[in-house]
Amino acid sequence: MSAARDEILGRVRAALAPSAKTERSRVISRSYRDVTAPADPVSLFVERVADYQATVRLVSAAGVADAIAAETEGMHCIVPVDLPWDLSNAEIDDFQSNDELDTFDAVVTGAQVGIAETGTIVLDHQGDQGRRAITLVPDRHICIIRTDQIVAGVPEAIAELNPQRAQTWISGPSATSDIELTRVEGVHGPRRLVVLVVY
Amino acid sequence: MSGTFVGMPAFPSAAREALQDDQLRRNLANATGVIRTKRAEVVDEVDNWEELRVAGAAIKDEVLLHLDEYLIELEASLTAAGAAVHWARDADEACQIVGDIAADHEVDEVVKVKSMATQEIGLNERLAQRGISAWETDLAELIVQLGDDLPSHILVPAIHRNRDEIRDIFVESMASAGKPAPDGLTNDPAALANASRLHLREKFMRAKMAVSGANFAVADTGTLVVVESEGNGRMCLTLPEVLVSVVGIEKIVPSWEDLDVFLQTLPRSSTGERMNPYTSTWSGVNDADGPQEVHVVLLDNGRTRALADEVGRQALRCIRCSACLNACPVYERTGGKAYGSVYPGPIGAILNPLMKGVGVDEQTDSLPYASSLCGACYDVCPVAIDIPSVLVELRTQVVDSHRGGAPDAFGAAMAGAAVSFGSPLPWKTVVLATGWAGRLSGPLAGRVRSSALKNVPGAAGAWAGARDIPALPKESFRAWMKRTGGQE
Repeated sequence: MSAARDEILGRVRAALAPSAKTERSRVISRSYRDVTAPADPVSLFVERVADYQATVRLVSAAGVADAIAAETEGMHCIVPVDLPWDLSNAEIDDFQSNDELDTFDAVVTGAQVGIAETGTIVLDHQGDQGRRAITLVPDRHICIIRTDQIVAGVPEAIAELNPQRAQTWISGPSATSDIELTRVEGVHGPRRLVVLVVY
Repeated sequence: MSGTFVGMPAFPSAAREALQDDQLRRNLANATGVIRTKRAEVVDEVDNWEELRVAGAAIKDEVLLHLDEYLIELEASLTAAGAAVHWARDADEACQIVGDIAADHEVDEVVKVKSMATQEIGLNERLAQRGISAWETDLAELIVQLGDDLPSHILVPAIHRNRDEIRDIFVESMASAGKPAPDGLTNDPAALANASRLHLREKFMRAKMAVSGANFAVADTGTLVVVESEGNGRMCLTLPEVLVSVVGIEKIVPSWEDLDVFLQTLPRSSTGERMNPYTSTWSGVNDADGPQEVHVVLLDNGRTRALADEVGRQALRCIRCSACLNACPVYERTGGKAYGSVYPGPIGAILNPLMKGVGVDEQTDSLPYASSLCGACYDVCPVAIDIPSVLVELRTQVVDSHRGGAPDAFGAAMAGAAVSFGSPLPWKTVVLATGWAGRLSGPLAGRVRSSALKNVPGAAGAWAGARDIPALPKESFRAWMKRTGGQE
């Protein structure tokens, strides 16, 4: 193994040797970040999430529990351990097996960051978002995000997020265009995505 | 199992065959047209697109010009994050490493998320030789695999298949690979997608080991990134106990902040979306979340050869978006298979010769000529790879590598031209001859109303075989000038 490592590094150095004298600049212009911020990131976020055929609703802080109840009526739900709302029809994530996860109808989680320009929610799987598998196996994902978590664009999100944490960036429900370029919502991930934006 | 590209004929003959396939041409024209339009719309939305391209190119160049340092940094941060790092000089070594990991865990099947690198090294076939089934989980890759077929596009590999064929493939082949297709399966795309969901869910649930590639590998944090649409990637990256990622050494970006360029340019260039449905990032092993054994195979397999080419090196900036395929008038007509490689289109026409070397086989040497040098690929490239310039450079290298042998048709024609243009007497002879030819072809041309010559005899014939040459005029310019004094 280390023979391969040494040989590859040796090849790289040999390949670059003739260029050693040329300028090897380490300055990368970040002028691409100089853009006008959207006037109203929250409404842009709502518009862009809806563009992906996801359901998106604005709800007041007092109305969140009712909104979750309405979206999960009659469903068997799983929730992460730190979700701050109580659900009568939910089980708390207790490291159920993959097969057990497959028996749940829906999952309810928080989010870490929302990106207005692309309509993206980012989970970094902290306490109110749960481990990755719970937001993947059930067929419906209800995701709750506060307006103060919504940033303008991708650079702002990258700046806020911690790369040491596993992340899932979600832009609408899973989708494919592999058959005659016809878009089909819902393949392997949750086929329904509901985003509740709490103001 | 899917087929392989080994033994494909050179581009001109493969292209001629592809051009006879009406369905392929129709599907491709439709697909490339639709994606081109979507891309243009979402790129136009971005005010600073050009700055993003320049930054993307600069970040990748920075990595390439210090690749040894970044590889060592990536290895250290991956190791610190709990991943095991392996190095593979070539395809054989990479397949051996992945196969050994599978053997260590006594698995006889792995699930795979679509990865160009694992296709490049022929991993599925190599694992099959060791009795390990590798299941493709991307819908299009599943169609290709079940149909024992070859992919025709990086992004939509089964674009050459229509919905009826896909239904038939599912009905015929799903049962032998696992869960059979549902009874009464129709050709409705939603029904077909659901059939793949049911078929693959069984595999995701029981798989102990997954194999992925990575779109990006962040040197300073050891973070790998996979960009996808269907959720099969999330399944593979999350549910199995063991995860092996095969990563080309050029996939590195220096730091986490650099992703703010590529996570803007890749989805817009690739599928024409503001953002792809799912992006997963992970740094080694996460406590109680996802695979608890994580391997990363750093793959050379010709990349250092490409790196040594000072003109061609920029091809290693490629982020596999496929925008150049959709922009290319040659690709639009021939499709991806004619390029005889997992990397088709304009980027394939430079990446293959750069990674494999020229003067080795006829197929690879034919690829730099599979272009009209129109430059559309360069215009749409999100990392500003000057593909036309690299094509021209590679044509020179191909010609140079064949020096010493018999001159080919083009060489002979150029040698003839050198004599003709070299002094006035031979030139007048040529003009006189074509003038006569023009007068001879005149009456014929009048009868068949042909504006183009299809068949040219002699040395120029091979060149003219793929091109229409304007019909010769009735008289030469010199004769016309002499007759009219330029007054007509």
